[in-house]
Amino acid sequence: MLIKKSAVIPSSEITPRSLYLNRRKFLAGAAVAGAVAAVGSRLDELATPSLTVDADAKIDGVKKSPLSTTEKITPYKDVTNYNNYYEFSTDKYEPAGLAKDFKTRPWTVTIDGLVSKKQVLDVGTIIKMAAPEERIYRHRCVEGWSIVVPWVGFSLSELIKRAQPLGKAKFVEFTTVYDPKQMPGQQGRVLDWPYVEGLRLDEANHPLALLCFGMYGEALPNQDGAPLRIVVPWKYGFKSAKAIVRIRFSDSQPLNTWNKMAPNEYGFYSNVNPNVDHPRWSQAKERRLGEFLKRPTLMFNGYDQVASLYSGMDLKKNF
Amino acid sequence: MVKWFKPVVFLACLGPLARLGWKAYNNALGANPIEVITHSTGDWTLIFLLVTLAITPLRKLTGQLWLIRYRRMFGLFAFFYVVLHFLTYIWLDKFFDVHEMLADIAKRKFITVGFTGFVLLIPLAITSTAGWIRRLGGKRWQLLHQLIYVSAMAGVVHYWWLVKADVHKPLEYAVVLGVLLGYRVVASLLPAGRTRATAPTRSVQLPDSV
Ligand code: HEM
Repeated sequence: MLIKKSAVIPSSEITPRSLYLNRRKFLAGAAVAGAVAAVGSRLDELATPSLTVDADAKIDGVKKSPLSTTEKITPYKDVTNYNNYYEFSTDKYEPAGLAKDFKTRPWTVTIDGLVSKKQVLDVGTIIKMAAPEERIYRHRCVEGWSIVVPWVGFSLSELIKRAQPLGKAKFVEFTTVYDPKQMPGQQGRVLDWPYVEGLRLDEANHPLALLCFGMYGEALPNQDGAPLRIVVPWKYGFKSAKAIVRIRFSDSQPLNTWNKMAPNEYGFYSNVNPNVDHPRWSQAKERRLGEFLKRPTLMFNGYDQVASLYSGMDLKKNF
Repeated sequence: MVKWFKPVVFLACLGPLARLGWKAYNNALGANPIEVITHSTGDWTLIFLLVTLAITPLRKLTGQLWLIRYRRMFGLFAFFYVVLHFLTYIWLDKFFDVHEMLADIAKRKFITVGFTGFVLLIPLAITSTAGWIRRLGGKRWQLLHQLIYVSAMAGVVHYWWLVKADVHKPLEYAVVLGVLLGYRVVASLLPAGRTRATAPTRSVQLPDSV
């Protein structure tokens, strides 16, 4: 995968993939040499050519995915200017401005808990674990609006399989960065920081669950969760944690932030479900941004293929 | 007060609507225009309710009797904006689905309370004319118009219940309302002579203490 500043290099000049791979081998080799000097660090971290990604960078070699919807994609301007990102602000129009200078490099992600490969990985390493795919997903906010976004990433299972969870591991917990200096919303106590989300391991391993680092063919904008987030399209948006710094495997159900804040309103599962209303508002319909009339909300946000994950469960109780 | 002042205030009160209209015309209402309209009209309803409630304390504290002449106008603007707010809701949010709307009013606490606040303002708007004041008599009119206290409280609770986590804005409104209502409680406890000293003699036409 190539990630380059879009404006600078015309596509004709982009290094052919074979050449690039050779160079990459070379870089990896150089990194191996460097590893001798770096105490306690891991090979796969160092193999990262850290020169690759910045914000606004075009991501090359993105494959289309059969998991994509053909619905109309929400304009980029809306997806980048209307954000629920309480770390920056509770006002949806503010994160775009407040996140402008947010630093997403250097960035490491701690992978720990019940795994045989506990490690601290550079985000650059993570996004090269597998080939990037474009996944056009419906995204439904618990507040009753929705968007269609062409995310870029690969199945979360790719990372999970490399982390090698132990047999006891049943859940995965995702923690968002805590950095009140850069994230003004964290200076207040609206939520219990840092933001924590979680999935059952089998949910996290579902092919639809996306480890995401881009959208609209480019690196993720800061206000949309850069540099690394998850996207779980059959669940309400808040389940899709942003700016992740830690992925922990455990045998007990993580206490996700919104669940902790209002357990009767936001469950652990939070699957999109038109039949289970939020105690304060209906979930039967949603407003797709850009549309005048509300449209009916679909069970699992239309991703019926996840239904088997919940067979035998009372989804009214496990909301 | 100068003669042209009232029309100017009147036009200023239409400002929030003009701003919404202008932005809508220029496609500048952002990603979710209907939400912006709902929120803006809701905010201005509450602001006008509080401004209306501020008139009597201000008048009494400053002795500026002319203020009373603006009270009805502000109250009617609160009603004007809540009608727009409600129209946004039934038209743009529910698309005139009466069944859904009734279900919402019955089931959603925040809608129930908001609806209460709205319904209470209807008789106040109707009886805001001099004719109605005469017909009802100052005392009864005054009593009826104390419903604005309930309506404003309903408005604040409505806001409080609809936010997901960040109660700081509804809290600001709650504090202002608390001060305005607290003033009345304190004033009613003080010896009558002190608070009534500046009450105008025209109180039948424009009853105070609301
Ligand atoms: C005295 C009456 C009312 C007042 C003072 C009032 C005030 C407000 C305020 C301040 C907001 C929030 C604005 C913001 O977030 O910036 C709001 C939102 C809202 N109000 Fe009202 N309102 C009233 C009556 C009603 C009625 C009668 C309805 C419908 C039946 C209604 C439906 C709504 C809805 C749907 C929202 C948006 C909720 C959301 O975004 O989740 N309100 N209102």
